[in-house]
Amino acid sequence: MPAQSAATEQPLAGGTDLPVLEGKGIERAFGSLRVLRGLDLAIRQGEALVVFGPNGAGKSTLLRILAGLMRPTAGTVAVMGNPVRSHEPETRRPIGLLSHQTLLYDDLTPLENLMFAARLYGLSDPKRRALAALEALEVSGRALDPMRQLSRGTVQRVAIARSLLHDPSIVLLDEPFTGLDVVGAELFRGVLAGELERGRAIVLVTHQLAEVWELATHIGVLLGGRWALHEARPPKLSDFLPRYGELLRG
Amino acid sequence: MASWIRLAWLIAAKDLRVELRSKTALLSSLVFAALVLVVFNFARDASLVSSTVLAPSVLWITIAFAAVIALNRAFNLERENASMSGLLLAPISRGVIYVGKFLANLAFVAAVELVTLPLFVLFFNVDIWDSLGGLLGVMALASIGFVAVGTIFSAMVVKTRFAELMLPVLLLPFMVPPLIGAVQVTTRLLSGRPLSEMLGWLRLLAVYDVVFVTLCVMVFPALVDE
Repeated sequence: MPAQSAATEQPLAGGTDLPVLEGKGIERAFGSLRVLRGLDLAIRQGEALVVFGPNGAGKSTLLRILAGLMRPTAGTVAVMGNPVRSHEPETRRPIGLLSHQTLLYDDLTPLENLMFAARLYGLSDPKRRALAALEALEVSGRALDPMRQLSRGTVQRVAIARSLLHDPSIVLLDEPFTGLDVVGAELFRGVLAGELERGRAIVLVTHQLAEVWELATHIGVLLGGRWALHEARPPKLSDFLPRYGELLRG
Repeated sequence: MASWIRLAWLIAAKDLRVELRSKTALLSSLVFAALVLVVFNFARDASLVSSTVLAPSVLWITIAFAAVIALNRAFNLERENASMSGLLLAPISRGVIYVGKFLANLAFVAAVELVTLPLFVLFFNVDIWDSLGGLLGVMALASIGFVAVGTIFSAMVVKTRFAELMLPVLLLPFMVPPLIGAVQVTTRLLSGRPLSEMLGWLRLLAVYDVVFVTLCVMVFPALVDE
């Protein structure tokens, strides 16, 4: 896979050489089913790796391993040069995760959810931080409503706010545009662009190529637990789509 | 250490707030406890078995089963939106999560016990005033032990398909030692026996608490890591 090494060894202009997130030889098996088969990746400051692939390709498993929520069967994951280990809590601090599910409590309000998260991360002035995060996603008007009363799109905005609340160095996003309307999606793209400008690194898993094409600095296509493609983003989506189609058709 | 306790209390306070909003487990446990006491009250023949002999067993059986209902909710509420992942991702030790859950469960079981006790007095007509302090003490001592074990089993079974059935099956055998100890001490308390007759059982309860709380804090991280 020559494309893989090209992508992982060439930092973007403006990025530092030290990867914010680095995975080497990541493998994961569930019994006899091998979901990931020796993945390498390295993301530097200001880079956004967008991972595409069919259902069951191992994208969500990869994100859970990168977040330290699942142990790889083989291989290592390091954030800011430190291996992510479950018994070393501080190694998880630089990681922000937006998963398939919201990680929120339905019986609490958005403000209570975010204040709880802020306190878990030991942030100073949790209420101010929580309100600021909700404000950035334009949901501060619903801060005191129970989560159960919010629409899917609003809940997704709160979930996004939670994932970015503690200023993570690396943001892992699994299908982040789920439930967002056009306005919400545009707002979120703006937030992500801002995070990249501030030097955050992003790994984003999605099926919606067009939504994130302009944000991506690198793209990866995961097929059968391996990189079928892993390279700097081509300039035009229209140039990439035929190749992607070919890859999916095998 | 202060930060450890503060974070554990933060998780416990969140659980209590969520439960006070939904009231699902608390109400179920309280109604269940009341129903069990009513059934026992009408099922017994007071002319054959005196209240003092029967009452301690009934009290602890009621508390044990009501507690299982309360313990089931501990990790179920973390499953709803995969919020357990949010806890596991936070820069806090896994042990803090366990202690937070344990404290919340202890508060729930204490609430169930505090409601069950007056109902127990009402239905069984036993005088607990002289032994109230001792009774509350043995309730605390026994509850710490089985809530510690119940919390870990609750975390263990939450991912299984029949979590609500699995928890009592796994937990009840482990509840036997603290329940026996609690029944023995309660019987002696209600009969006005001296403390020296209860010391052995109280030691058993204390040792059970220390051993299982320590063991559960140590085992929990391995349990939640995938």
